[in-house]
Amino acid sequence: MTTADSMSPRDWGSASGTAHAEPVFQAGRCGMVAFLASEVAFFGTLIVAYLKYLGADNGELTPANMLHLPTALVNTALLVSSSITIAWAATALARGSHKAACRWLALTVLLGLGFLGVTASEWYDLISRGLTLRTNLFGTTYFTLIGFHAGHVTLGLLAMICLLAILSSQKQVGFLAEPVELVSWYWHFVDGVWIVLLLVVYILGR
Amino acid sequence: MTTVADIPARSSVDITMRLHGWVTTVDHKRLGIMYIVTGLVFFIVGGIEALLMRWQLFTSDGQVLSGTTFNQMFTMHGTTMIFFVAMPMIFGIANYVVPLMIGARDMAFPRLNAFSFWMSLLGGVLLYGSFFAGGAPDVGWFAYAPLTEYTFARSTATDYWILSLLISGVGTIATAINLSATILALRAPGMALGKLPLFVWMMLIDAFLVLFALPPLTAALVMLLLDRQLGAHFFDVQAGGSALLWQHLFWFFGHPEVYIVALPAFGIISEVIPVFARKVIFGYESVAAASVAIGFISFGVWAHHMFAVGLSPGLDSFFAGASLLIAVPTGIKVFNWLATLYGGRIRFDAPMLFSLGFLGMFVFGGLTGIMLAAAPIDWQFTDSYFVVGHFHYVLFGGTVFGLMAAFYYWWPKMTGRMLGRRLGQWHFWLLLIGFNLTFGPMHVSGLLGMPRRIYTYQAGQGWELWNQLTTIGAVIQGIAMALFILNVLISLRRGELAGDDPWDAWTLEWATTSPPAEYNFETIPEVRSRRPLWDLKHPDDPDWKHE
Repeated sequence: MTTADSMSPRDWGSASGTAHAEPVFQAGRCGMVAFLASEVAFFGTLIVAYLKYLGADNGELTPANMLHLPTALVNTALLVSSSITIAWAATALARGSHKAACRWLALTVLLGLGFLGVTASEWYDLISRGLTLRTNLFGTTYFTLIGFHAGHVTLGLLAMICLLAILSSQKQVGFLAEPVELVSWYWHFVDGVWIVLLLVVYILGR
Repeated sequence: MTTVADIPARSSVDITMRLHGWVTTVDHKRLGIMYIVTGLVFFIVGGIEALLMRWQLFTSDGQVLSGTTFNQMFTMHGTTMIFFVAMPMIFGIANYVVPLMIGARDMAFPRLNAFSFWMSLLGGVLLYGSFFAGGAPDVGWFAYAPLTEYTFARSTATDYWILSLLISGVGTIATAINLSATILALRAPGMALGKLPLFVWMMLIDAFLVLFALPPLTAALVMLLLDRQLGAHFFDVQAGGSALLWQHLFWFFGHPEVYIVALPAFGIISEVIPVFARKVIFGYESVAAASVAIGFISFGVWAHHMFAVGLSPGLDSFFAGASLLIAVPTGIKVFNWLATLYGGRIRFDAPMLFSLGFLGMFVFGGLTGIMLAAAPIDWQFTDSYFVVGHFHYVLFGGTVFGLMAAFYYWWPKMTGRMLGRRLGQWHFWLLLIGFNLTFGPMHVSGLLGMPRRIYTYQAGQGWELWNQLTTIGAVIQGIAMALFILNVLISLRRGELAGDDPWDAWTLEWATTSPPAEYNFETIPEVRSRRPLWDLKHPDDPDWKHE
């Protein structure tokens, strides 16, 4: 195995000009943006499948009969406000106010849990009225699309709970500023997907 | 610093420690090597599958394989070669070389990198695990619905296929995230995007293609899995589902995938040709720009795989036009490479031979591609051996020749030893001859009407000669690859020592030791031009004065 001593430090040109400005690209941010880009493609595909089969079913179990816009609006309110609270958590942490960040993050988790609760009751209602993944194309595409979104909400909540646990157990939390910011980006994305779903599934699709 | 490799392997404990070092590593170079080894092992397996098919088709009314086994063989061959040979080899080389080329100490997310590798490997293991669960998948590598629905494919083989691609796909997406963050964020001081080595440029574009092309496949695979396991109806024609939707989703992934495995080869030969012609690449900017154009257009051509479906004249014309359009940026790059060769002092070492082989074979595959892009011609040739010949010229003549160039070019960096020059030449010429003998006659048997994926054929249709030539060619390729393995083994045992910079090259990976230390560079290099090592070697006439 080669060792370091066979490697001579090289003279890489001028000694001046070695001071570097803050790089435009940061690894964490680039990685999160790349990940979210792939998520756009993933949800885009599920939405295409939903639209493809929209209106293809006969019978009673159609979006117009089954979906309830006010429920979706409650969910929208919960998720949009959670996007605001997590943004406040990130700003609070960047300002160094540890306690406020914890509070806003905890509130975000509660709002997210509220969203999942409303979705669960909506699904319970749909399933008890006879709509499942197997029933028809609407059931197939609806549960897949909304289910994957709810899965993403769940993942985001798990990430936030982990962050909360670390935040509340550590004294020095400067290193958490980037993770909280990146999770907030993810959360805004999940929120954005929901707005699209609200339009596609609950408003235009009915 | 003591590395695991410094510990002498005398007892089984030492071997366990070495293994432990490899299994737990997050070093981009070790992960790169593991990717490449994975790819080579699957290459041998996929090659054996191909040879079995060729044995069966050597004569009319062959009795070697049953119809079912033949279906399994072409499904496994296609899936293996695309997902578990081309992809791991490409990402292995990129893993190893990209951080070195941009003067970084590792990838942006080393643990994510290890995760990606193990996901890819698990995918491959799952695919072959199907053999132990009652038989391999037999639905073809693009797995058209409704054949893949539970109604028609009852065994678990198809589920293994789905899970295998899902899991390795997650690994691939994670690698693309890692590569794009690495290339954007970890460049050495002074290395602006306009100074990136072209291989790194190609991998950046490649990563973007993966980010937008792989998730639709993932989504489609999830839908198929829901259909099969939970009774959903996405592709279930009896319940109103659409078989055509699968085709759209699969090829929306599948065509960019062709460029995902071709662009890295473009990048490799854009590194090799200048070094072995002793000239600067001709038209650096246009190579990068043409590749960006290819990346964009590649998302608008997928339905040229579906002309025979009968979409509509308007759609067919659109997709035919878009497919023909791709020939323009590709042609630009071919002229870039030719102009780089023109007037150069060419050294015919193995990396250069394979790069030149790439140029010839890929252009031929591109020309039959232009034929197939015209919908009316495609209606005649679709699902015939002509198509099989065409895409092997692109994927084997293009990607595999490019990967071989990369292997010979960077092997001295990875191992500190040279591969044998004579054996390398034998490998190249035998592979070139075997390759053309295999896939050239396929165009003829296709024109004579032989459909792809048939497991046998009757005598008297004039297909025997062409099939026999193809099989003989396949055997010659097998011999060529055996010589290659021999070359690798000899080099590992007693290959000539390579030194830091055996090819007198110009990019940063040659500025450090062979193999590089775990931290790659003792001091992080400063970059002022596209050829930082040229500047270092010629302080009197550095490139940055001219660029």
